[in-house]
Amino acid sequence: MSYVTVTDLHKTYAGFPILERVNLSVEKGTFVSIVGASGCGKSTFLRLLLAQERPTRGEITIDGQPPALEPNRDRGIVFQRYSVFGHMTVRENLIAAEALGATVWGVLPSRARRKAAEDVADAALERIGLAHMGKAYPASLSGGMQQRLAIAQSLIAKPRILLLDEPFGALDPGTRASMHDFLLEIKAEWDMTVFMVTHDLSEGFKLGDRVLVFDKVRWDPHEPHAYGATVTYDFDARNGGIPFQSLSIETVEEITV
Amino acid sequence: MGYALTLLPFVLVLFVYMGASDIRLAENPSDKILPAPSTIVATAERLVGEPDKRSGEILFWNDTGISLVRLALGVGIAALTGLVAGLLIGLFPYMRSTFSGFVAVLSMVPPLAVLPILFIAFGLGEVSKVALIAIGITPFLIRDLSQRTVEIPSEQIVKAQTLGASSLAIALRVVLPQLLPRLIQGVRLALGPAWLFLIAAEAIAAEAGLGYRIFLVRRYLAMDIILTYVAWITFLAFIIDLLLRSAGRRLFPWSEPAGGSGL
Repeated sequence: MSYVTVTDLHKTYAGFPILERVNLSVEKGTFVSIVGASGCGKSTFLRLLLAQERPTRGEITIDGQPPALEPNRDRGIVFQRYSVFGHMTVRENLIAAEALGATVWGVLPSRARRKAAEDVADAALERIGLAHMGKAYPASLSGGMQQRLAIAQSLIAKPRILLLDEPFGALDPGTRASMHDFLLEIKAEWDMTVFMVTHDLSEGFKLGDRVLVFDKVRWDPHEPHAYGATVTYDFDARNGGIPFQSLSIETVEEITV
Repeated sequence: MGYALTLLPFVLVLFVYMGASDIRLAENPSDKILPAPSTIVATAERLVGEPDKRSGEILFWNDTGISLVRLALGVGIAALTGLVAGLLIGLFPYMRSTFSGFVAVLSMVPPLAVLPILFIAFGLGEVSKVALIAIGITPFLIRDLSQRTVEIPSEQIVKAQTLGASSLAIALRVVLPQLLPRLIQGVRLALGPAWLFLIAAEAIAAEAGLGYRIFLVRRYLAMDIILTYVAWITFLAFIIDLLLRSAGRRLFPWSEPAGGSGL
C-alpha cells in the first residue's frame, strides 16, 4: 500500500518551472535515494516533502494525512550542517527532541516526562556510541558524530518519514562508510521510510531500496529555464541494484540442484 | 616578552607626559596644565580618602556610585529592549517588514540632539540621564541583535519545527539562548557610547557624578583632579568590559569562536 503519495506535483519559482508532473508512490519502510545533477530540483523536492515550501500544483500526502502547511513532527530532517543545536549539550539535544514539542513553551511539563525523556536520551546516547560525550557541546564533536547525533535526535521524535539532505556530503570517505553502516542498522531497527538526497551515486545505490533520478525530459537550448524536471528513472536498488540477476542465479541453482 | 611589548606604549606615553610636564614646570612652577605625576598621585590620594567638608561624604566614591547606577540602568534597559525587539524583528517576517525601516531611521537620530527634549519631558533628574543612555544605544542593539537572529541558520528553525516546536518555543529555546552571548558582545561594543552619553548628560545638568565633577573642576583648571577622574573612568570601563567578557565565556562556553574572541 502506498504510504507516501505524490500526485501531479509542480513547483514554480518566479515563473520558472523547477519541478513538473512528479508522480510517486512509496511504500512504508522504503529507503528512497534521490540523485540528479545540480539544479535538477531534487533539493526542491525534499523541501516540498518537508513542507518547508508548498507545491504550486499537486499535493503530497503521508499516511493519508492532509497535506502539511509547515514542517511538523511527521517529518524528521537531517541537513548537511547545522542540524543540531549548538547551544545545547549532546544529551540536551536529545532531550530537546521530546521537550521542544511537549508544550507551547518548549519545556517538558512534568518531572515524570522529564525523567522519561532523559532515559530515552541516555539509551540513544548509548546506541550511537556517544555516551562518553553527553556533556560535550556539538562544536567539539567530529562531523560524523554530529550527524549521528542529528539522526538520533530526529528519530526520537518518531517521524513518519525521515528526510536526509546530503547528510554525509561534508564527511571524509572513511567516516562516510561507517555512517552508511550506522544508517543501514538504524533503518533495519526502526523500519523507517527514508528519503535521501545525495550527490554520490554509489551511496544512493548502496543505501537505497529505490533510486530516483531527477532530470529534465524536455530541453530547449534557447530557453534553458523553460521546463522543469521530473523523475526520469526509478530503479529498484535492492540487492545491490541487481535484483533480476540474483533471481536468475537462484533459479539456476534450483535447476542445478 | 609579550607583557613587555604590551606595557611599552603605556610607558612611552608616561615618559612623554613626564618630559612635557617637566619642561612646563621648569618655566613656571605654578603651571596647572600639565601637573607633575607626583602632584596627581597626591591629589588622587586626597580624593579617595578625605571626606567633603560640607557633606561629610567622600565625593569621589559618591560620584562613582551615582554614575555607575545611571550607567547600569541605562544599559540594562537598552539591553532588555534590544534583546526583545531584536529577536522579534529578526525571527518574524511581519515584524521585520513593519519595524526594521523604522528602527533604521530611528538609529540615525543623534541622541545628544534629543537631550533637550528629555530634559523638558523628564526634568533634570535621574530619568533624563538614564533615558539618554537607553535611547542612545538601544537602536544599535536592536539592529545588531536582529541581524544576529537572521544569521541563525534556517536549518535550526526548520529542525525545531520538525520536533514539533511552536513559534514561542523556537523563540525561547532555540533563538534566545543563541542571542544571549551576542547580546554580551553588543553591550561591550555599546559601552563606549553609553559612557559618552552619561558624561554628556552629567556635564549639562547634574548635582553629582563623574562627568559632573570633571566639568565642575574644569573651571579651576584642576587638571590633577580631571586626570584622576579620567584615569578612574577608563579603569572602570576596562574592568566592566573584562567582567562582561569573562561572564560571556563562563555562561556560554559553546559560543567561544575557534580563533579566540579578539580584543
